[in-house]
Amino acid sequence: MPVPILAQAPYLIASVQSALTDADLIGLQNGLLDEAERRRCRGVVVDVTALDVMDSFSTRTLQSLAAMLRLRGVETVIAGIQPNVAMAMVQLGLTMPDVRTALDLDEGLAYLQARPHGSAGRGQ
Amino acid sequence: MTATAKAKGGVSRNGSSTATSPGTLKDDLVAYLRQDREKLRGEWVQAMAASDKLWLDSLTPAEQELESVKIYDACLDCLDSGSYGGAEEFAERMARQAAVGVMSVERFLGGMLTLRDVYGRSLFRRFLKEPDRHNDVLGVFEPVVNRILVIVAMAFITERERVLRQQQEAIRELSTPVLQVRDRLLILPIIGLIDSDRARQLTEQLLNAIRELRARVVVMDITGVAAVDSKVANHLIQTVDAARLLGTTVILTGVSPATAQTIVTIGVDLSRIQTVGDLQGGIEAADRLLDYRVIAGDPVAAPAVPAPVA
Repeated sequence: MPVPILAQAPYLIASVQSALTDADLIGLQNGLLDEAERRRCRGVVVDVTALDVMDSFSTRTLQSLAAMLRLRGVETVIAGIQPNVAMAMVQLGLTMPDVRTALDLDEGLAYLQARPHGSAGRGQ
Repeated sequence: MTATAKAKGGVSRNGSSTATSPGTLKDDLVAYLRQDREKLRGEWVQAMAASDKLWLDSLTPAEQELESVKIYDACLDCLDSGSYGGAEEFAERMARQAAVGVMSVERFLGGMLTLRDVYGRSLFRRFLKEPDRHNDVLGVFEPVVNRILVIVAMAFITERERVLRQQQEAIRELSTPVLQVRDRLLILPIIGLIDSDRARQLTEQLLNAIRELRARVVVMDITGVAAVDSKVANHLIQTVDAARLLGTTVILTGVSPATAQTIVTIGVDLSRIQTVGDLQGGIEAADRLLDYRVIAGDPVAAPAVPAPVA
């Protein structure tokens, strides 16, 4: 199921609703890059609250997505990783060191709003 | 003779009715012990009272009667039926009572051994003139009694172990409290040894607390961790990484000089983790991250701490 991308100017919100196939992930990556360019947005929140599995491919795709958006000056926040998902990811060594994370969508948007305008930073 | 007696005892323990000789022997024995029940039970209670004054005090006469009847009959049932379910159940109940201090292990085991003595003496009296038959009867009697005593002892040990496990679990749960000091700021004081079990549990507790209390910063204090080796350090790194995936910044505090030396010497890279010397510094750093400002108030205007009533 493709991931809906919502515009909340000047930010984009991608709200993942169900388990993602590899094609969905690539679609999400392309969609976000296109939308970010079209709407000249400053930040993106990818909300993964509904995911109960994060494997190496989705982690890597999200990481490279953040890196690609950063090249266009867009900050990416991954929001809503569940505690048990986080445990599993850490055990697999998927720690996403360069990506900003947030507790939920609210926190993600709050972080983007609090961030000074200008270039995107590198995670925490 | 002894060998055959043992074999017979073994057969009767299985409750086999085809072997007639041990069957009748056993039936004789059961009938005899049933018949002399009151006399033998009286002897037993007296023997108990003689050997252990406190036993009498710990139970009322009515309780003594009741308990001794129950034990006596439970033993006899085992002998008669060859199944030990009743004895197991009874022993478990006694063990639970012992755990809460109603009856001590010494006392209960002592009581069982005394009962065995009473049985033994009465059999001795009964078969005084037939030593061969006495031997055969003992062959039936001894294995059952031994088995019952093993069941009793095991019940007590199992109960102790259960209590011990329960306490260990309680200590473990209590040993890593996640405390909220301000809105969105948690502290996690870690004390004692960290093994992989505890590290996982600690991480789980922390992550759930982060989610529940919507924490943005966690100060993790390891002043109370005596030894940090590469394993412990890796556990700490995992905890920090997991918390970070939830969008929380972790500040590590309380790394003692000795621990710092060890960490650098063994080559663990903690540079990705933000560290501050002590817990106070950690909380101050967290306050800065969260935009809290702690201001020493005017002592006169400050809200008075209620004075203790003299």
